[in-house]
Amino acid sequence: MIVAILTISLMAGLFGLILGYAAIRFKVEGNPIVDQIDALLPQTQCGQCTYPGCRPYAEAIANGEAPINQCPPGGQATIVALAGLLDVEVLEPNQEHGEHHDIPLVAIIDEATCIGCTLCIQACPVDAILGSAKHMHTVIADECTGCELCLPPCPVDCIDMVPIKQSIDDWKWPLPTLSEEIVHEH
Amino acid sequence: MPPMSEYLLLFIGTVFVNNIVLVKFLGLCPFMGVSRKIETAIGMSAATTFVLTLSAILSYIINSWILAPLGLEFLRTIAFIIAIAAVVNFTEMVVHKTSPLLYNVLGIFLPLITTNCAVLGVALINVQDQNNFLQSAIYGFGAALGFSLVLILFAALRERVNVADVPKPFQGSAIGLITAGLMSLAFMGLTGLVKV
Repeated sequence: MIVAILTISLMAGLFGLILGYAAIRFKVEGNPIVDQIDALLPQTQCGQCTYPGCRPYAEAIANGEAPINQCPPGGQATIVALAGLLDVEVLEPNQEHGEHHDIPLVAIIDEATCIGCTLCIQACPVDAILGSAKHMHTVIADECTGCELCLPPCPVDCIDMVPIKQSIDDWKWPLPTLSEEIVHEH
Repeated sequence: MPPMSEYLLLFIGTVFVNNIVLVKFLGLCPFMGVSRKIETAIGMSAATTFVLTLSAILSYIINSWILAPLGLEFLRTIAFIIAIAAVVNFTEMVVHKTSPLLYNVLGIFLPLITTNCAVLGVALINVQDQNNFLQSAIYGFGAALGFSLVLILFAALRERVNVADVPKPFQGSAIGLITAGLMSLAFMGLTGLVKV
């Protein structure tokens, strides 16, 4: 009788210890799929996908709420990478959310026309526009991700998207990006 | 120690002749429950194969190394249940950590295996047949493969039956049960394959 109780208690205790250790050892923080998706997104935080930033969009993809083709800054390469990760079909980029530009763009405010309405400041997801009410605004070119979100709110159409001109001073080697061919090979 | 061919016979016999689902009628709940789509059936099969093999080995160890020497064979069922529950939980944690995608595919099926009577059934049959360590492992793996085979075949059949013109009184689970019965009959035909 005592032996039976002891044996079962010991076995249960042992399994409990193993499981307790495993729970700590194999702890999963958050949803790892969201992290993996988020790592493939371009992190422009532009919100063109209709979600407030890249991580919410990653969560929406992970939950199956959003298709993978809503990221204009990422373009086709991001779609192919996401399709490879999630094992779904490659889609065409959804043009409703904006077009993908191969050359990086930067917003330039025509300061003579600007009326200082601050609407574009509120629209900018990366706080790259500087200015205050009734004073002209300007764009911090280094911070601008070229997402074009400041264009629709501007009442006087004083914002232009211009390609970034490269000079010898600011030329950099292009970042290693996943090209479609590489993604297909894997 | 029995010769190698006996192990092979045991394996083939377990998969085809003494099929755990269609001949021994164990594990019928997942057989009917998760056979609607072939993808989920494959996921369930993979999870069950892993758990069934591991728990068959673990049950053998518990029975012959702990329970039998202490004369506690009457505690077999509860001890096996503890072991199976622990294995399933452990598997779930490891899969969640190492392969989140597989974890998402398996979803609810992993915890469901705990209550899969085939797992406990295999452990108890191993004791009943006085299988040794290797035989227990082979029996567990064979039973799991037999389960997977039948489950995937059944899911494939059900996917086709879904688009077929089934008479109204037979629609849904009814035609599923009839299909299962016919499959069981078909598997009876394999009885002569191996003399067990």
